[in-house]
Amino acid sequence: MTDTAELETLVGRSYQHGFVTDIESDSLPPGLDESTVRAISLKKREPQFLLDWRLAAFRHWQTMTPPKWAHVHYPPIDFQEISYYSAPKAPANAPKSLDEVDPKLLATYAKLGVPLHERARLAGVAVDAVFDSVSVATTFKDRLEKAGVIFCSFSDAVQKHPELIERYLGTVVPPADNYYACLNSAVYSDGSFVYIPEGVRCPMELSTYFRINAAKTGQFERTLIIAAPGSHVSYLEGCTAPMRDENQLHAAVVELIAEDDAQIKYSTVQNWYPGDENGIGGIYNFVTKRGECRGRNSKISWTQVETGSAITWKYPSCVLKGENSIGEFYSVATVNNYQQADTGTKMIHVGANTRSTIVSKGISAGKGSNSYRGLVKILPTAHGARNFTQCDSLLMGSQCAAHTFPYVEVKNGSATVEHEASTSRISEDQLFYCLQRGISQEDAVNMIVSGFCKSVFKELPMEFAVEAQALLAVSLEGAVG
Amino acid sequence: MLKVDNLHVSVAGKAVLKGLTLEVNAGEVHAIMGPNGSGKSTLSYVLAGRPGYEVTAGTVRYDGQDLLALAPEERARAGVFLGFQYPVEIPGVNNVYLLKAAMNAARKHRGLPEVDAFEFLTLVKDKMKLMQMDEAFLSRGVNEGFSGGEKKRNEILQMLVLEPKLALLDETDSGLDIDALKIVARGVNTLRSPERAVVLVTHYQRLLDHIVPDRVHVLAKGRIVRSGDRSLALELEKRGYDWLTQDAA
Repeated sequence: MTDTAELETLVGRSYQHGFVTDIESDSLPPGLDESTVRAISLKKREPQFLLDWRLAAFRHWQTMTPPKWAHVHYPPIDFQEISYYSAPKAPANAPKSLDEVDPKLLATYAKLGVPLHERARLAGVAVDAVFDSVSVATTFKDRLEKAGVIFCSFSDAVQKHPELIERYLGTVVPPADNYYACLNSAVYSDGSFVYIPEGVRCPMELSTYFRINAAKTGQFERTLIIAAPGSHVSYLEGCTAPMRDENQLHAAVVELIAEDDAQIKYSTVQNWYPGDENGIGGIYNFVTKRGECRGRNSKISWTQVETGSAITWKYPSCVLKGENSIGEFYSVATVNNYQQADTGTKMIHVGANTRSTIVSKGISAGKGSNSYRGLVKILPTAHGARNFTQCDSLLMGSQCAAHTFPYVEVKNGSATVEHEASTSRISEDQLFYCLQRGISQEDAVNMIVSGFCKSVFKELPMEFAVEAQALLAVSLEGAVG
Repeated sequence: MLKVDNLHVSVAGKAVLKGLTLEVNAGEVHAIMGPNGSGKSTLSYVLAGRPGYEVTAGTVRYDGQDLLALAPEERARAGVFLGFQYPVEIPGVNNVYLLKAAMNAARKHRGLPEVDAFEFLTLVKDKMKLMQMDEAFLSRGVNEGFSGGEKKRNEILQMLVLEPKLALLDETDSGLDIDALKIVARGVNTLRSPERAVVLVTHYQRLLDHIVPDRVHVLAKGRIVRSGDRSLALELEKRGYDWLTQDAA
């Protein structure tokens, strides 16, 4: 028989993005109280309504307790040990062009493969790169401005379009929604903002790379995407973080709003540092992502490939309010070594003839634990609503785990809800078949895993699909022997 | 080309092959026949290097090297091909992708560059015509949702593309109707050449009407109990295996 131990040694390839950029940063000392919240707001020169909003969130957060229901285990987080603001120091405030950006910073992006400069142009991707907490370089602003698209850092949006922030912020994920969203609402430092005006098809894929650099810095970013009636946008988010022995908290909030006939496609490739092979270090990725299909015939599609983080706790969700609106969730979640993932989605059907599709592929290797947690809720108003859910788990080795927690609440008799689930191993038969055709074990495993994830990968934009496949190969290398 | 000498093989601690000796020369087609449980499939698996088949004694030489010392993928790259009795499904992996990966693995082994995509496709489509397979097969998952007959045809297609030196075909005829059998046989016959050898493992003599063997061997209770020419297969069809297996007991 194939040796399980051999399989497991195959899994361990080291994290390739584990470098630290040595840049002087402008940080707040660790600690969290009202003065921290005020200090962040002051640094960002925020209008009063935002400070009030933050403070209200902070006061509410103090009354809350961390959620315990997820199938993940970690020691309690000391929120007083975290620094809530860290910005790279740049001469005379923000750089006006890429030439003014610290070359070390640009080198960091180059290592990450972020397409700035000409690479960006070639790839047709506009990047709003978030380095720790402050957005340092935004490309393609002109072309987007011509189309009327607003794509900027959250801080810029607060300065330039406060009325849009005031109108939409927290309307999808209210501050009191959950523990980590509430904390984010109080202390978020930056993020991305997108507004696509009526009838506009965004001329390029929008992309943001997030990266946690400074040690002991929590990253609390906020993304708000608004698609006005009849507009289309595709947004890509990629994440990596350097290696650290301590665990780092990442508690982001993403809100999407799709009006009548609007479409938002949100793709994530998440490769935060997962900790070492003994489970030391790694990112706690506690993220709230939710989209609201407010208008008729609107559509929101989440695609995620999750290979990193020590702990992942996230459920990109859709609230389907508009008639005939569509929600989609395509996910590949991989755990290896001691990684834990509790991820899935919520599809809340409110409007008539709303449809949702969930395709979740969980891959567990090493001592990893992978849970799918999903809720499909059909409200009494959702006549003719339909959902299709497919959850597949793939196990590699003998010490990993896969769990599925599907919740279904149907309050309208005309709704159709389908659920399919499977759990399988990479079979020795499949492996031997490939070997017998002369294909190496490593290539065979990659091939089988990619095949398993195919229905999700095909939802990703082309360049991302290639990257996702490569990431998967790296994170599972040696998982089967 | 292939020299199996006094081979003893155990599976899960149970002796299955008990001193099998067999010699196959380049250019020859040998048929291995025998009742269920005689060790026919074990022979093909152990030659291909499937994990779980423990060689307790004996040797296997292939092309002058110790075959048993090679890993399964090395054997494949050295030209040993196993046509599976039950080809496994690999969902989501394109047939053409697997085939190309297999071909490039063999080419890399021989120090050749990767195959040109256009040439490769032309070659595959050519072989598919011979196997009367629809081109749509190429973009389907490996054996995914294939009928039994389609799977077997796909095995032969892979063999034709990879052009092995030694083809081991494990019950390639089972589950085929007569038309499919003829197509498969034609595929195998195309590959016959003075440099290659084929070992057919089969229950039935009907395959041998279409692929005429040079030698026929009867495997019973882990050993070859009788060898002969084609007429042995015809005799087996008339008389069954009992008269031979009783001798072996």
